[in-house]
Amino acid sequence: MQETIEKVTKVVKKKRAKFPESYIHDIALAAERHDLDDDELDELVRRVKRAYERAKVEKGEAVGTVAAQSVGEPGTQMTMRTFHYAGVAELNVTLGLPRLIEIVDARKKISTPTMAIYFEDEFKNDEEFVRTIANKIGKSNVNDILQDFHVNFAEMNVVAELDETKIKDKRLDFTDIINRVEKTFKKAQIDNNILSFVPSKSNIRELRLLADKVRDLQISGVKNIGKVVIRKEEDEWVIHTEGSNLGAVLKMEGVDKVRTTTNDIHEVEKVLGIEAARNAIIHEAQRTMDEQGLTVDVRHIMLVADMMTADGSVKSIGRHGISGEKASVLARASFEETGKHLLRASIRGEIDHLTGIIENIIIGQPIPLGTGSVGVVMKHK
Amino acid sequence: MKKDILKHEMVPDHAVLSKSESNKVLKKMDIHLEQLPKIKSDDPVAKAIGAKEGDILEITRKSSTAGKFITYRLVKD
Repeated sequence: MQETIEKVTKVVKKKRAKFPESYIHDIALAAERHDLDDDELDELVRRVKRAYERAKVEKGEAVGTVAAQSVGEPGTQMTMRTFHYAGVAELNVTLGLPRLIEIVDARKKISTPTMAIYFEDEFKNDEEFVRTIANKIGKSNVNDILQDFHVNFAEMNVVAELDETKIKDKRLDFTDIINRVEKTFKKAQIDNNILSFVPSKSNIRELRLLADKVRDLQISGVKNIGKVVIRKEEDEWVIHTEGSNLGAVLKMEGVDKVRTTTNDIHEVEKVLGIEAARNAIIHEAQRTMDEQGLTVDVRHIMLVADMMTADGSVKSIGRHGISGEKASVLARASFEETGKHLLRASIRGEIDHLTGIIENIIIGQPIPLGTGSVGVVMKHK
Repeated sequence: MKKDILKHEMVPDHAVLSKSESNKVLKKMDIHLEQLPKIKSDDPVAKAIGAKEGDILEITRKSSTAGKFITYRLVKD
């Protein structure tokens, strides 16, 4: 195979064609499958070159408009429902149009952040290990490990008895729990697994509040992560979470630092950088479309992702992002908030150089698109 | 930990270009420095590979359409 690839690369070079890597790979595959001789390979490369050049985008073509239409049209067929149960049975993940809007709007707070946590080879079949990690990541509070709980109005105290089997079930550390309790409730009295608390003011209202506070005390879990679901996927254990904290999870022992992901694009940007955010946008947008049975060419989505990340940080499409930062006053005014933009421009004395499409349509000139993008330059003599 | 993120499947290879390589790239593309897409100097990957402001990073993406695709980003603050 390697040999064929080299041979094809040579032929491609001779024909002065510039093919992407995947083309060379595909041609090599075809050459091997059909056992092509040199002349046939030459002819194949020649024809691929012709087809490739014909398929290329022309200079000055309105790729952005085409991308907008290509994403927008299938968008009209998506479900308008706000949420949908899919993927992992017990987790609720926003899909369809609301999710797509969330992605292109680059929302800081997405409605259903979720993670897929994978494990390194040595742990991925170790159910015990995965369950331990799952309990470390997933949120549990005192209420989950209680055996008995009393609010004693006569003695004005709250007594909680911890259930050791439940603690063991959840693979939690007993001393760790006690430490957390002591840290939050300085006045707690601890006698093995029986904890008693006294309210700061001795009245019934305070006592009730204290009881709720004790029960809600979080004893384990990673910040921002709620419920976790453990699933066997093909030959390995995977944890799915409600809520997301990529930075903290990637630091954990045994977690696969290569495949573990989140659907929160801003978090990906913060932890893995802008290029990873670009990949996340493409992946999430495509997954959302696929899930609805719609196909959009990746190239359109890639263009959107490129625009959103060109600046070095994830920017939204629309008023607060790309459209709002256009250089031309007329272009901005024609999009949204017309009055605001025109007023501000007049106060600041902005100049519109009329280089874009919209400006030129407004004033009735030929637009710089396709053949209109060519101008005449005189040679200085 | 800092280097760990470079191994993540969503992070493509980033490499800092030398001055002469940078000039060659700009000449080949026939563009000014500011026309390149940007990457922040406090971007986790830029920090991990020690890129400084004004550097050009060569990014080798895995592309579903082209197989491999090379692009560039300018480090800005």
